[in-house]
Amino acid sequence: MQSIIIATTAVAVIGLLIGLLLITVDKKFKVEVDEREAAVRECLPGNNCGGCGYAGCDAMASAIVNEEAPVNGCPVGGAPVAEKIARIMGVDAGEAEKVAAFVKCSGDCENAASRCHYVGIHDCASAVASGLSPWICDYGCIGFGTCAAACPFGAISVHNGVASVDRSKCMACGKCVAACPRHLIELVPDSAVYAVRCSSRDRGAAVKKACSAGCIGCKLCMKQCEFGAIEVIDNVARIDYSKCTGCGKCAEKCPVGVIKKK
Amino acid sequence: MSHKTFRGGVHPDGHKELSKGTPVEAFLPKGDMVFPLSQHIGKPAKPIVKKGDSVLAGQLIAEADGFVSANIVSSCSGTVKAVEERHLGTGGRAMCIVIENDGQFTPAPGVGVERDPDSLSNEEILAAIKAAGIVGLGGAGFPTHVKLAPRNPEDIEYIIANGSECEPYITCDDQLMQREAKGIVTGIKLLMQLFPNAVGVIAVEDNKPEAIETLKGVCNGEKGITVMPVMAKYPEGGERSLIGVVTGRQLRFGQLPAELGCVVCNVASLNAIYRAACKSEPLMERLFTVSGDAVASPRTMSVRIGTSCTEVLEAAGGIKPGVEVKKAVFGGPMMGVPLTTLDTPVCKNNNALTVLAEDEVELAEEQMTACIRCGRCGQVCPIGLVPQMMAEAAERKDFERYEKKLYGLDCIACGTCTYICPAKRPLMQLFKQTKAAIMASKRK
Repeated sequence: MQSIIIATTAVAVIGLLIGLLLITVDKKFKVEVDEREAAVRECLPGNNCGGCGYAGCDAMASAIVNEEAPVNGCPVGGAPVAEKIARIMGVDAGEAEKVAAFVKCSGDCENAASRCHYVGIHDCASAVASGLSPWICDYGCIGFGTCAAACPFGAISVHNGVASVDRSKCMACGKCVAACPRHLIELVPDSAVYAVRCSSRDRGAAVKKACSAGCIGCKLCMKQCEFGAIEVIDNVARIDYSKCTGCGKCAEKCPVGVIKKK
Repeated sequence: MSHKTFRGGVHPDGHKELSKGTPVEAFLPKGDMVFPLSQHIGKPAKPIVKKGDSVLAGQLIAEADGFVSANIVSSCSGTVKAVEERHLGTGGRAMCIVIENDGQFTPAPGVGVERDPDSLSNEEILAAIKAAGIVGLGGAGFPTHVKLAPRNPEDIEYIIANGSECEPYITCDDQLMQREAKGIVTGIKLLMQLFPNAVGVIAVEDNKPEAIETLKGVCNGEKGITVMPVMAKYPEGGERSLIGVVTGRQLRFGQLPAELGCVVCNVASLNAIYRAACKSEPLMERLFTVSGDAVASPRTMSVRIGTSCTEVLEAAGGIKPGVEVKKAVFGGPMMGVPLTTLDTPVCKNNNALTVLAEDEVELAEEQMTACIRCGRCGQVCPIGLVPQMMAEAAERKDFERYEKKLYGLDCIACGTCTYICPAKRPLMQLFKQTKAAIMASKRK
């Protein structure tokens, strides 16, 4: 009987001591956790795509709470998510217009002239690294679909030798922009109506040899634009979307039809 | 008795008989000559002529820009037509000097002045090599004056003349060794003057008995120079393999030959060194093999640098009638660089044009299957890499593992693994492209 009492008392005392120890340790070494972080994490989409520039949604949430990242920093979530996060953080969401990826090339199998019969590994980055591409144009889409493989949302597909983006699926994470070895993909705002589907910096004569749908840098569009929204830099037209009103005069005048509706 | 060799390697069909029999003739081009400013490893040369200038054969037209770079001389006389960016058949664009050839080949003053090899000082030899714009003529194109200036010249114990020529179809080094044995040996003697503690070894594959005989005859009585027959096997002529065979020393990963006391020079480079130092002739021409089963009369010719491949091919009888060309490569079928057009100039480091009626790579692509992990690629790799694991890492784009764990950057792109692969996987292409991608990301 006595041994049972001793054992029970001993266990009770040890339990009490450990309990006290745990309480002290908990008080003394308390880690401050911002409950906003969990709340912000709840709002983020959770794809872990990395489009924001952080390692994933967890890292992004902690960056927002630490005020290292803007509240509208998630390109996938867009305005609704930014608004929710802004409410948690108690700041103004600001205005972020929805953007989507756009491939600045229209050199498909019919338009672009072929340089050689490419045999081997079908990866755009590899083809560019080895200096061999199946097309004469040194600036256009290679069409091996490295961007499509990089897209976490399945928004890019390669049709007839040139990549195209399904704007409804695109979340503007920017992975394709980074993946394209020829830097053909740009994030274009949704409000923009017209876009230049070429990136060739070659002179007009060289472009004509390489592709029937290439920008020849004639500057007709530039002269036509009443709002100064188009500029021809390095032999290729570029539209400043903040100035473009979408009147379409440039597209009417373009002799090669490279300015098209998106 | 079989001769010494290295671990691994394969025995592809040589096809050397195609171009071996015909006598070597000098081919004088008629069309425009194109000189890309980057015919070597390192910084492109800086042009010193402009449109409209008239130049003579042997005149300097672009000078080395920095230490690792090489001079470029004109190989014809005529007028500079343009200094412009051009598409090359090997892919990509490069700045080129285009010279309208007047067909006279008038030599520049000073070219061809004989000098006694014994009277030259070390500085004079190196200066002559640098001025002549000599680069490794075996294929890599590393500037020779840089190779011959190691930190401690006294530590060099071996000068290895690389006359292995293991690549199928090519016979230009073989022909050179038979014709210019004296020049090659004098070239080695000049290098032995630069490296006082070194011996000269001429390594020749045993499938070139005539070359071995000729060289042995010339070396007879020369102190410290020996001819060493090595087993005919691909890639015997790889720098790493050859050092192992000749000296028994193994280059570790990342080591340079000079660290093991070796300097390896192609026989054609040695002959060019002799001509630059003793005859004041800059690098204007080289022996060049045109071969392949689509060529009407394959042969080795002495071709001026800058000649268009179209002209060279015509000189070799053009394409066989009724044959459709499937593939043309600079070099041989194992390591050669595919050409997208024949309208591209012969550069210093190009030793052959191989034109084929059958594209083996295309056939292989049709038969490609998944890797069966047989391990043959690892057995034949001359430098002991494991191509199967490298390919896996490269396909996953795990560059860290590719570089640090599998030593993928040490791959010499000899193509032995691709040749042996029963699953017909494009291993060498993958490794070359992965290497290019890693180097590109390092430059960023």
